[in-house]
Amino acid sequence: MSTATVPSKTPPVARVITTKPRFSDKVFRAVVTTGGLSSLVILAVIAFFLVYNGFGVFKSEGLSFFTGFEWVDAQPDAGTAASYGIGAMLYGTLLTGFLAVLFGVPIAVGAALFLSYYAPEWLKKPMVIVVDVMAAIPSIVYGLWGYFVFMPHAEYWAKLIHKYLGFIPFFDMPANAFSRSPFIAGLVLAIMIIPIVTSVSREVFAQTPLDRIQAAYALGATKWSMIKAVVFPYGAGGVVGGAMLGLGRALGETVAVYTVLNLVYDIRIEVLLSAGGNVASMIVNKFGEADAPELKALMAAGFVLFLVTLIVNFIANIIINRTARKG
Amino acid sequence: MTSNDDSRANGEESMKTAKAQVAKASGKVSPSSLADVAANRLQSQTANTVGSTGLEARSIHAWFGKKHVLEDISLDFYTGTVTALIGPSGCGKSTFIRILNRMHEFIPTASLAGEVFLDGKDVYEPGVDVTKIRLRIGMVFQKPNPFPSMTIKENVLSGLKLAQLKMNNQEELLESCLRRAGLWDEVKDRLDEYGGALSGGQQQRLCIARSLAVNPQVLLMDEPCSALDPGSTLRIEETIRELSSSMSIVIVTHNMQQAARVSDYTGFFLSDGGPGRLVEVGSTSQIFSNPKEQRTEDYVSGRFG
Repeated sequence: MSTATVPSKTPPVARVITTKPRFSDKVFRAVVTTGGLSSLVILAVIAFFLVYNGFGVFKSEGLSFFTGFEWVDAQPDAGTAASYGIGAMLYGTLLTGFLAVLFGVPIAVGAALFLSYYAPEWLKKPMVIVVDVMAAIPSIVYGLWGYFVFMPHAEYWAKLIHKYLGFIPFFDMPANAFSRSPFIAGLVLAIMIIPIVTSVSREVFAQTPLDRIQAAYALGATKWSMIKAVVFPYGAGGVVGGAMLGLGRALGETVAVYTVLNLVYDIRIEVLLSAGGNVASMIVNKFGEADAPELKALMAAGFVLFLVTLIVNFIANIIINRTARKG
Repeated sequence: MTSNDDSRANGEESMKTAKAQVAKASGKVSPSSLADVAANRLQSQTANTVGSTGLEARSIHAWFGKKHVLEDISLDFYTGTVTALIGPSGCGKSTFIRILNRMHEFIPTASLAGEVFLDGKDVYEPGVDVTKIRLRIGMVFQKPNPFPSMTIKENVLSGLKLAQLKMNNQEELLESCLRRAGLWDEVKDRLDEYGGALSGGQQQRLCIARSLAVNPQVLLMDEPCSALDPGSTLRIEETIRELSSSMSIVIVTHNMQQAARVSDYTGFFLSDGGPGRLVEVGSTSQIFSNPKEQRTEDYVSGRFG
């Protein structure tokens, strides 16, 4: 009792723990920090460049920049002012992106399931490589292939859809023009997003805990009922995240869409009609002959596209990380 | 119904003896005490009728790649009895029971020879529907593995959905399975909670209830208590005793006390560096009190393993 330490009057203060880094550590730290931060800096510089140039347009056009259908330069002779609105293009971008996800994700999920649970061992590796190579094909190649090879077939499918489902407003046709429609652009984009969605889905499917799979089989499950009961609930978040990454790619895709989509400054719900919109394609379309004020408007459009794809990718990453962390 | 009541009464009795045995065994483990345990257990089970052989393994060999892991195992499992498989780690016990319900083939390099007869029909015969085999031979794993995306109720009934069976009077089936697994009273007010919210022991009993829902003839248990505390272990052992009246149970265990407490027959597996062999099989009381083989005696008396 008497040997017990006398409690100190001052409350304990947490000590600061330090380590003295070596010089070589400092150098290495500087190198990797620079590398790590450079991507952030580049992103910020691009955003600043676009905002700086487009700011005037945002100011003068206001909300109508996002909702307007018109894209006309100022005509000093006729005395009309310029009017820049990307509403139709923005709508078209979201429409083709949505169609790409609608067509591409089921195929990608099917491919991921096949690779994870159905493909024979000898086929798995070559197929994974093939799918990854799909992601490395330049988009102009997809565009040209889409235009010359794929479009005639897709037009035929569009005609069939119109013939049998034409009573649905989306498949109505005000004119007999089936080529270069949002439907075809959506299909080409779907093919382009398949690799990323497949590889993300395959990775989450492969992480499905073996004990749950075995539990299902031990209860007399067929492969398909096991997948529905165990693999899908586990991998759902990852598939959604992969689909969002695919959507991000589809929204920002430029050249391929430019080749297979007819740009029209109008919002139309008929997806089979040869009239669509796409912000990225519009920028390519206008960039070559734009005068100074129009260039600024294109920068502003670029900033909107930049923001949309950034947000979509951001959400996708959050979803994928959340899925990866859960047991 | 009457047979159910009988088994419950029987289970209560075995529960008492099991508790007494735990108390007795809390001291030093000696071969004679294990033999007593086994003998007591058999006495309390004399009411059980030993049924016909439902499941027979004939000359089973198993390989992983080129490695021979099981050599010439033949064993019969009788309806209404519990058979314990004991032996040191790596002697092929788990491999053996995974062969019985065709889970062995999920390991890519695994192969086997021999036959497994379920009611006289070889489960490895070409053309046999493997999902039907697994419906009749249920399995409980070492680590409790309820489906985390499903509620307690959905977990119990999941086998019906997985095997695409029709669901008649779900509620009745749900209650009877949970009762037989000894879990009903603990979960009856929260059937819509997720299975992962239960304790480890409760999860394991949920897994047992899940296996029972498809009404298997045989229940294989691969070290079902090795991840559980002693209290949960005791509850599961009671459950095993209660269930054994209506089916054949095969339990792999590292715990010789457990084998002595719950089983009617015991098989001793051993590998001397080569493939695992069945050294000896007999009634549990005989294996623990009067083994024929020296190696069995050495193992059950704790001299190795």
